[in-house]
Amino acid sequence: MEWVNVLIQGVLLGGLYALFAAGLSLMFGVMRFVNIAHGDFIVLAAYLMLSFVTFMGWHPALGIMAVVLVMGTIGYLGQRILLNRVLGKDILPPILVTFGLSIILQNGMMEVFSADSRRVSSGALDVASISLPGDLAIGAMPLLMFVVALGVLAGLHVLFFHTALGRLLRATSDDAEMVPLMGGNKAHIFALATMIASGVVAVAGIMLAMKTNFDPSAGPSRLLFAFEAVIIGGLGSLWGTLAGGVVLGVAQVVGAQIDAGFQILAGHLVFLLILVVRPQGLFARMKG
Amino acid sequence: MTPHNAFLEIRNLTAFYGDFQALFGIDLTMDEGDTMAVIGANGAGKSTILRTLTGLLPSKGQDIRFAGAAIAGQPAHLIHKAGIAMVPEGRRLFPSLTVEENLSIGASGKRKGPWSLAAIYELFPDLHDRRHHGGTALSGGQQQMVAIGRALMSNPRLLLCDEISLGLSPKVIKDIYTAVPLIRARGTSMLVIEQDIAQAMAVATRVICLQEGRVSLSGRPEDLSRAEITRAYFGLEADEPDTNEPAQEML
Repeated sequence: MEWVNVLIQGVLLGGLYALFAAGLSLMFGVMRFVNIAHGDFIVLAAYLMLSFVTFMGWHPALGIMAVVLVMGTIGYLGQRILLNRVLGKDILPPILVTFGLSIILQNGMMEVFSADSRRVSSGALDVASISLPGDLAIGAMPLLMFVVALGVLAGLHVLFFHTALGRLLRATSDDAEMVPLMGGNKAHIFALATMIASGVVAVAGIMLAMKTNFDPSAGPSRLLFAFEAVIIGGLGSLWGTLAGGVVLGVAQVVGAQIDAGFQILAGHLVFLLILVVRPQGLFARMKG
Repeated sequence: MTPHNAFLEIRNLTAFYGDFQALFGIDLTMDEGDTMAVIGANGAGKSTILRTLTGLLPSKGQDIRFAGAAIAGQPAHLIHKAGIAMVPEGRRLFPSLTVEENLSIGASGKRKGPWSLAAIYELFPDLHDRRHHGGTALSGGQQQMVAIGRALMSNPRLLLCDEISLGLSPKVIKDIYTAVPLIRARGTSMLVIEQDIAQAMAVATRVICLQEGRVSLSGRPEDLSRAEITRAYFGLEADEPDTNEPAQEML
C-alpha cells in the first residue's frame, strides 16, 4: 500500500511538471526556440503571487488572476519588443538573450526579495487530505493542483484544435514563412504564443509557490524538469507533455522513497534511460 | 479603373541573394483582369519577382505600385491584405492541418469577396470528400488544388501562381488549368509562372519572358511568333549544350 501511495503522489506531482513543460513546449513548437529563462519566469510568477497574496494581502483568487494577467502581458511585450528581434535562422542569439534574461531575473529577484526561501501558505488546504479505502490518503492540495493542471492542458487542447488562433499557431509551427502569405502577422502570432505560454507559466509558478519553498535561484532546476518532461513526452505533443511530467514525477517520488537524497537523481536517470531507449519521446509528433 | 492607372506596375526592379544579383531592372505592367504569364528558363528570376512582390524578399526602396498604392517594403501580411495572394512553388501546404483547415487559413486576412469554402469545393469538387484528410495525404494534383483554393480564400485581386504544373501529369495539369477561366470570371487577375510554355500561352492575355534576370520579350501571345519566343527564352547562344533540355519542354 505504501507503494501505491508513492505512485499516486508521483502522478499528482507530474501534473505540476506537465505545466512546467507545456509553456516551454508551446514556445518551442511555434517559434523553434528554447527559452532558457523559462524556469526563472516560473519563479517570478511565484514571487508575484507571494507579493500579491502574502505581502499585499489580496484574496488568493484575485492574486491568481493578477499573476496570470501580469505574466501574460510580460510575455506578449517581451516577445514583441525583445525576442522577435533576435529570432532568425541562427539559433544562437535567442539562446544568449534568454540566458541573459535568466541571470537578470535571478539577480533582480535576489535584490528585491532576498535569498531567503519563501512559500505562499494556502491555510487549511495545506494539510487537508482525502482518505481512501486501504489506508490511503491524498493531500487536497496536490489533488487540486493535478486537476488544475489537467484543466489547463485541456484548455490548451481546445485552443489549439478548435479555434482560429490555434489553427494559425499550428500552421506557424508547420511553416512560419508561409503564414504572412496567408495574411497572418508573424510578430503578433509569436507574441500571442508567448503570451499563452506565459499564462501557463503563471499557473505553474503559483502552484510552485503554494506547494514548496522557493528562492530566487530555483529557476534553472525548474527549467531542467520542464526540459526532461518535454523530451520524455515527445516534442510537440500536448498530452505527451502530461505523460512526460507524470513519468518524471513518479520517478522522483519513487527515488525519494528509496532514499531522500535520491529524488532528483532518480528523475534524471529515468530521463537518460528514455533518451537511450526512445530518443523521440513517448508521443512524438514533431521531427527535428 | 481607367486603363491609364495601372493595376500592377513594377519599375526597374532589382533583387539580390547576398552578393548574387537575380534581377536587373525588370519593368512589368498589368491591367486589372489580365492573366500575365512569366516564362523563362530555370534561374531566369521568375520566382524572385513573385517573392519580391509578396514581401518574402525585402523590397525596400523598390518601385512597386499595386492598385494605386506603393507596396514595396511593406510586410508580407499587409501586402496580402491589400489583395495579393500566392500559390507558392512546391505548394507548401501545412502538413498538420486538414484540407479544410488549410483552406480556412487562407482567409486569415478577412478580406471580403466571392470565395468561400463552398465556392472552393464547387471549383474543385475532389476536395469536398477529402476535406477532413490531412493536407499532405492527397495526390499531387489535389494538393495543388488545395494550395490554389487556400490562396483564393483571401479573395485576392491578384493571384500569383508559381509553377503550378510542376511535377504533375499532363492530364492533371489540364484539370487544374480548367479552373483558370473560372477564377478569372470572378474578377481575379492572375500572374502565372510557367515552364510549360504551351499551357502558359493558352491562358495568358500577356506574356513576358525573362532571361538571366532581364526581360527579353513581352507582348500579347497572339502577337508573338514561335521564333521570337525561342530566341527570348534561350538567348542568342541557343546552341549551348545545356539548353537542349528546356528545348524539349517547348515541344
